[in-house]
Amino acid sequence: MNRISNAFGKKSEDKKALISFIMGGDPDIETTEKLIIAMEESGVDLFEIGIPFSDPAADGIVIQQASVRALSRGCTADDLLNMVKRLREKVTAPIVFLTYANSIFAYGKERFMERCKDCGVDGVIVPDIPYEEKDELAEVCEKYNIAQIAIIAPTSNERIETIATHAEGFLYCVSTLGVTGIRDEIRTNMTEIVNKVRKVSSIPCAVGFGISTPEQARDMASVSDGAIIGTALVKIIAEYGRDSVEPIKQFIARMRDAVK
Amino acid sequence: MSDSRGKFGEYGGQYVAETVMSSLKELERAYLFYKEDGAFQAELKGLLDDYAGRPSRLYFAEKMTKDLGGAKIYLKREDLNHTGSHKINNVLGQALLAKKMGKTRVIAETGAGQHGVASATAAALMGLKCEVFMGKEDTERQALNVFRMELLGAKVHPVTSGTMTLKDAVNETLREWASRLDDTHYIVGSAVGPHPFPVMVRDFQKVISEEIKAQMLEMEGRLPDAVIACVGGGSNAIGAFYDFVEDKEVRLIGCEAAGLGVDHPKNAATMANGTVGILHGMKSYFCQDVYGQIAPVYSISAGLDYPGVGPEHAYLADTHRAEYVPVTDDEAVDAFNYLSRTEGIIPAIESAHAIAHARKIAGAMGKDKIIVVNLSGRGDKDVASIARYMGVDIHE
Repeated sequence: MNRISNAFGKKSEDKKALISFIMGGDPDIETTEKLIIAMEESGVDLFEIGIPFSDPAADGIVIQQASVRALSRGCTADDLLNMVKRLREKVTAPIVFLTYANSIFAYGKERFMERCKDCGVDGVIVPDIPYEEKDELAEVCEKYNIAQIAIIAPTSNERIETIATHAEGFLYCVSTLGVTGIRDEIRTNMTEIVNKVRKVSSIPCAVGFGISTPEQARDMASVSDGAIIGTALVKIIAEYGRDSVEPIKQFIARMRDAVK
Repeated sequence: MSDSRGKFGEYGGQYVAETVMSSLKELERAYLFYKEDGAFQAELKGLLDDYAGRPSRLYFAEKMTKDLGGAKIYLKREDLNHTGSHKINNVLGQALLAKKMGKTRVIAETGAGQHGVASATAAALMGLKCEVFMGKEDTERQALNVFRMELLGAKVHPVTSGTMTLKDAVNETLREWASRLDDTHYIVGSAVGPHPFPVMVRDFQKVISEEIKAQMLEMEGRLPDAVIACVGGGSNAIGAFYDFVEDKEVRLIGCEAAGLGVDHPKNAATMANGTVGILHGMKSYFCQDVYGQIAPVYSISAGLDYPGVGPEHAYLADTHRAEYVPVTDDEAVDAFNYLSRTEGIIPAIESAHAIAHARKIAGAMGKDKIIVVNLSGRGDKDVASIARYMGVDIHE
């Protein structure tokens, strides 16, 4: 968990975190591995790696298709765990898995977290485990020191306090209703949401969903502790495939300039 | 049968995105309130009786009984309900609830189209906007139902993600709901999904078993020996079972779709082949691989073509209160033809799975025994696909 808090820097530095999401194994494991290394060089502070799932009900079409591409190449949780283990020789930034509950459940909760620890995974974000079902993973996460990263949505309202009080690692603040995907405009008042969190917790808040331009990233990071870029990266990977390392580096560099 | 968090043993729960949690809470509060509200219940009963045609008949299938030579067969005629299946029971309840909650728009997933048609019907009646998500493959298999929904004023969205069937329609409806919660209620069509849906859908469907019990006591002066129903998500089955759960002498038998065979890759027999997993907001049994990827299931019946099963059924199976048996496409089509010719009743291909199992077991049971088969829907929608299956060329 120390790696995660380091990503957000010390409060006095007021450094904002740049967080990337890409789908593991899209278009293949080798490319994912190269992308993570390249993105760390370009200034990403924390990596979210998706475990592809057959039924990603919280994702928009871009990430759904990335899941399909990864699965069609036979990408499994084991492949991604092994990949993280290899990456740990070169990458110091925290790495968390973004995975639906069933991938962990089918693997075996205990075995999954044990392997996460062994391979150097720092946390898990499980979009279909809300606060009410947190206990599904709480015990095994604690046992293996894997942060179970909580999510706050624009509809959370009076739930924010409870969720924030029990949150670990960082808090994933969803900026818009609906599923993952690019939005022209983010209308949710993130300042208000982050302030509600601040009342009960000093946990870092990162804003995700809908961010595709440096301006959006800057705006979201300015009212929180960091910005999460997902669909925009996955779109570039969909377009360039194995040749996406360079365009992703350029894109991240622009985002890094904006998120300070 | 379930605790306050909607768990049936370890099954059920609320495995959904944080975005929809507040709406699930709002729904639960409203449901618990109106469940005890006399005026709401009276209004719903009025709709079920006068509009949907309840109570549905319990019909003694005398020719079928004689032909099979064993247990007496009764058919619970949910096929005679308005819109042609048990789906209307749940839909009227949820649409009325949605209206009371101030919602102006309903969305629904559908497999065979029966739930979509029922939702479109209730929405038309109550002045709600209605949009239905249906796997593209199913829109082709059930083109008539698509047009039927459009006639009723609903908009039908063909779903092209994943396997383009029921499970993908559920995913897409969940996505749509997460993007528009304020004015929209998601009418879940089966006893599946996150709490409170499995409990609520069961409560709206339990009228089936309550009626069976009363009718049976009146006609035979005793309870049946077995109740048989088909199981996809399991709403007609839980409706037909629920009031008998405490009557341990009544066997409860769910028939799931075995497609080309329970050992063939193309099947949808969740209880036979599934393992415990988490999908569509619930923990239950699912057909999946070792990494938890949901299997592309298959059945001739679009309504049973679902890789999971409702959490209460998972619990009834684990506790051995109900048994679940696989029925193949061939057996279901045979039963479809059989009931048509023997009783002059064309069953839905879903319900034909239950008829098929009754044919298997009735003969070995004594003549003093009684089986009730829940005839959950009528087969008009299936005529074209059965013709195709039998290699008959019909021009519509």
